[in-house]
Amino acid sequence: MLSCKQASRLLSQSLDRRLTWRERTALRLHLTICDVCRRFGRQLLLLREAAKRMVRLTEQNETLQLSQEAKARIASALDLERQ
Amino acid sequence: MKKTDPHAWLADHGDYLYRFALARLRDSHQAEDVVQETLLAAMQSASYAGQSAPRTWLVGILKHKMIDLIRKQMREQPVEGLGEDLPDEPGMDEFFDEDNRHWNDKPQSFGMPENSLEQKQFLTILQECMDRLPKKLAALFMLREVQEEENEIICKELDISSTNAWVMLYRARMGLRKCLELHWLGR
Repeated sequence: MLSCKQASRLLSQSLDRRLTWRERTALRLHLTICDVCRRFGRQLLLLREAAKRMVRLTEQNETLQLSQEAKARIASALDLERQ
Repeated sequence: MKKTDPHAWLADHGDYLYRFALARLRDSHQAEDVVQETLLAAMQSASYAGQSAPRTWLVGILKHKMIDLIRKQMREQPVEGLGEDLPDEPGMDEFFDEDNRHWNDKPQSFGMPENSLEQKQFLTILQECMDRLPKKLAALFMLREVQEEENEIICKELDISSTNAWVMLYRARMGLRKCLELHWLGR
């Protein structure tokens, strides 16, 4: 029987690789009896979705701009390189 | 050749590239630096023949520059205790009881708020949690979860083993989840 620690690790890895048949079976069995790990699994999916929305929020925030100093610095780096 | 003038790229796309990088790197200096490197690389490259929109092409270069930066970070300061020989994750024990069988610190139930104002607050707290993670963990998490890069490609590009990547992603997810519980549920 998997421990919660092992199950949580497999849940995380299942987002990054295909688990083996043995791992999937063991994990499924654990999840049928452990509602805490089931909840952890849902949280991992929530994190994935939330991270995407968080990035979109920053990308769409047009008040975030390169500072004038940064623009000037980049512009002179471009000029320097072109010479 | 106005279209391939790097100054025009900076004027037209600089802010967008900056936001793209800032959203993922969460560091304004690093974001400025990668924008600069992207434009320099774009200028030197002859590959832009107008086949795709300049912005798409520039974002492609930017993604590579961001990976270069993360690779450098990984090399310069390896995450402590992430050696291949370690069977277990240090720092993870606090989450489980002594024999590691059960949660010490049971995950609490929370979901994404439907209300847009609350959702914004939730995402702001997530952002703060992201900023508290070790930089490398946060960067890896972003590559995997937001950019949806394949694990094998991440490992190859960053020159880390897949075991290392799994361990780091696990730590990042555990840390973020705990932080959200503390600061979102406990607000």
